[in-house]
Amino acid sequence: MSKKMPPTPMLDQLESGPWPSFVTGLKRLAEDGDKPSAKIMKGLLGQLEHSYQTRKGYWKGGTVGVFGYGAGVIARFSEQAAQFPESSEFHTLRIMPAPGFFYDTKTLRQMCDIWEEHGSGLIALHGQSGDIMFQGCRTEQVQPAWDKLNEMGFDMGGAGAGVRTAASCVGPARCEQACYDTLAAHRAIINDFTDDIHRPSLPYKMKFKFSGCANDCANATQRADVAILGTWKDDMQVDQDEVKAKVKQLGRKEFINQVIRMCPTQALGLNDDDTLDVDNKSCVRCMHCINVCTKALKPGKERGICILVGGKRTLKIGDLMGTVLVPFMKLETEEDFAGLVELAHNMLDFFADNALEHERTGEMIERIGLVNYLEGLGLELDVNMINQPRTNSYIRTDGWDEEARKWAERKNSAAE
Amino acid sequence: MSELRRPVECGVPDSKQFMHPALVRNYGQWAFHDRPRPGVLRHVSDSGEAVYTVKAGTQRQMDVHTIRALCDIADTFCDGHVRFTVRSSVEFMTTDEAKVAPLIERLEKDGFPVGGTGNSVGFISHTQGWLHCDIPGTDASGVVKALMDELVDEFKSEEMPNRVKITTSCCQINCGGQGDIAINVQHTKPPVINHALVAGVCERPAVIARCPVAAIRPALVDGKPSLEVDEKKCVCCGACYPPCPPMQINDPVHSKIAIWVGGKHSSTRSKPMFHKLVAAGLPNNAPRWPEVAEVVKKILAVYKADARAWERMGEWIERIGWPRFFELTELPFTKYHVDNWRGGRANLNASAHLHF
Repeated sequence: MSKKMPPTPMLDQLESGPWPSFVTGLKRLAEDGDKPSAKIMKGLLGQLEHSYQTRKGYWKGGTVGVFGYGAGVIARFSEQAAQFPESSEFHTLRIMPAPGFFYDTKTLRQMCDIWEEHGSGLIALHGQSGDIMFQGCRTEQVQPAWDKLNEMGFDMGGAGAGVRTAASCVGPARCEQACYDTLAAHRAIINDFTDDIHRPSLPYKMKFKFSGCANDCANATQRADVAILGTWKDDMQVDQDEVKAKVKQLGRKEFINQVIRMCPTQALGLNDDDTLDVDNKSCVRCMHCINVCTKALKPGKERGICILVGGKRTLKIGDLMGTVLVPFMKLETEEDFAGLVELAHNMLDFFADNALEHERTGEMIERIGLVNYLEGLGLELDVNMINQPRTNSYIRTDGWDEEARKWAERKNSAAE
Repeated sequence: MSELRRPVECGVPDSKQFMHPALVRNYGQWAFHDRPRPGVLRHVSDSGEAVYTVKAGTQRQMDVHTIRALCDIADTFCDGHVRFTVRSSVEFMTTDEAKVAPLIERLEKDGFPVGGTGNSVGFISHTQGWLHCDIPGTDASGVVKALMDELVDEFKSEEMPNRVKITTSCCQINCGGQGDIAINVQHTKPPVINHALVAGVCERPAVIARCPVAAIRPALVDGKPSLEVDEKKCVCCGACYPPCPPMQINDPVHSKIAIWVGGKHSSTRSKPMFHKLVAAGLPNNAPRWPEVAEVVKKILAVYKADARAWERMGEWIERIGWPRFFELTELPFTKYHVDNWRGGRANLNASAHLHF
């Protein structure tokens, strides 16, 4: 005897219209015969409708986990358990997808089968951090569901005050603009930090995101404590015949409007013969002209990464963008990758040792100053780290000569 | 009780085992891309091989039947391979140009709008809302569904000056992140405290430390240890509510919706930008939030008509100036738009540059 569907007059209004409706999906699950998922979903629909009627949420957190890990399950207990007992426990398992969100259908179907048997049948692809979110699981089903997902070769994502699941753009798998292998870097970092993902013991969360160029398709700059963006050091590659073709296609005026005028550092000019004049010294690798002229222009050949540190949203001191920590680093050989992983570990260790409770990396740097952070990590100062030098004269400069000498030494050793 | 199984700490799997073979073949060897039509990308490799990608919208929170429907499509057209984007759109890849049209037809027939490429309004990245979050001021999936119903034509075409990334967040923590347009809950009243529960539930020093304006103090209320809020200082951010649920910040009437514009992650042309407040006080009007949709559509229409090719929303506003933005959108400019937070002076106009 299956329970009746709850009335959902408000949610029903989200079933019409051209965009796919999550409500229709919830109902499909709820009406799915005698499956355990159908039972959970009837309760969930009832509670969600109640939220819509009263304009309030009714979930409380708690602690639910799997054997051996201290994070990865987001526990939810209903405050309306008496009214909606079937969904009184509605936990989420965060599972890390392959970098770049690639799947074959065998894998997805297997995940669906597991979740229909052990959970609610509702899966989000993907959460804001980049996890596959298996939403809606009773406490006693968490371990069996996890065991099966883990046996498929998938691992749990981060939660709480630990390293979080990462996200990366499509990278070299399907983009000519990727200046490094975002998918390989993502995997190298995350798979070296599994202990910090599964057993959170940091002051607060730490996120890594990977974008192959300044377009930042993985939204790393403000959404990650450590944003790893692709860039290049040498001259942009220009195919002048393709430039001419583009000028012809757009017309001179429109080419000037859309390409030349839009360059943020005025590094471009259009020659009289419709070829492109590039002042590479002024170019800041912003990607705009390359986006418009995908056949004519390409990043240079000396490619690598720049690392921005400290991005985060509001809590507690206000929003912060990541700022330059490493302007350029090659990322091609195994040694390069090992160097990146080592730097990431140093950043995590410094954060663990020096951040206050519930403080993010960017807030810590705001509090202690970038120079202290650089010294702590043993990283070299670079003019690319600033928009402009200080404007405020309250600074004690009695070590000036020594610092100037260090700068000269570095410059000379780089020249050798 | 059976023996518990130890986890295999495998981390993330290698993507190549899931990729379409054409992507594995041409990995890192792409020459250029173009877009034959909205919703379709063509990537050509150095070897001359072309891969067509058809992109479609999803509801993100998917029932297994929806996911299996997507798998059926991938099996039919793409040798069983599929990927998702950061913003929860789904991408189907094939090397066979002849499959593109029937693939589009099938997606549309099955209810997945094809689009989201180039200068379109992409899918709205969003949070969990009433469906699963423990601190939500509103729903997420419902707001997004209602808005995408209104914006679907802009998803399916590429007629915007540049890409438009919209985000929603169901509290002021803003898990949705920066966007050209961000639709976020903005609480307007201090938390309502259930003093009987605080001592038993909350780690009081930690809660006090969370407050960005030092408005929370320990207090004895009815003989019990509790917390009190200096309501003159309180900025109603809700930071105290997650670690201390008896400090209820959500309110069906006073938790409003605010709209922010001009956020951007990319360093393309201009440096990354934060989104800025332009409208607040909109009612949390489930199930379709029509007042929010009206403001969003108005802003989008003005941007579409007035911005130059490739200007992101924030860049367009920097060019035309804020007075013109408020004039064109007919939104009220209030004292709440003037930043008074630490460093807020940087947002004042320290010049004689004026717009009339």
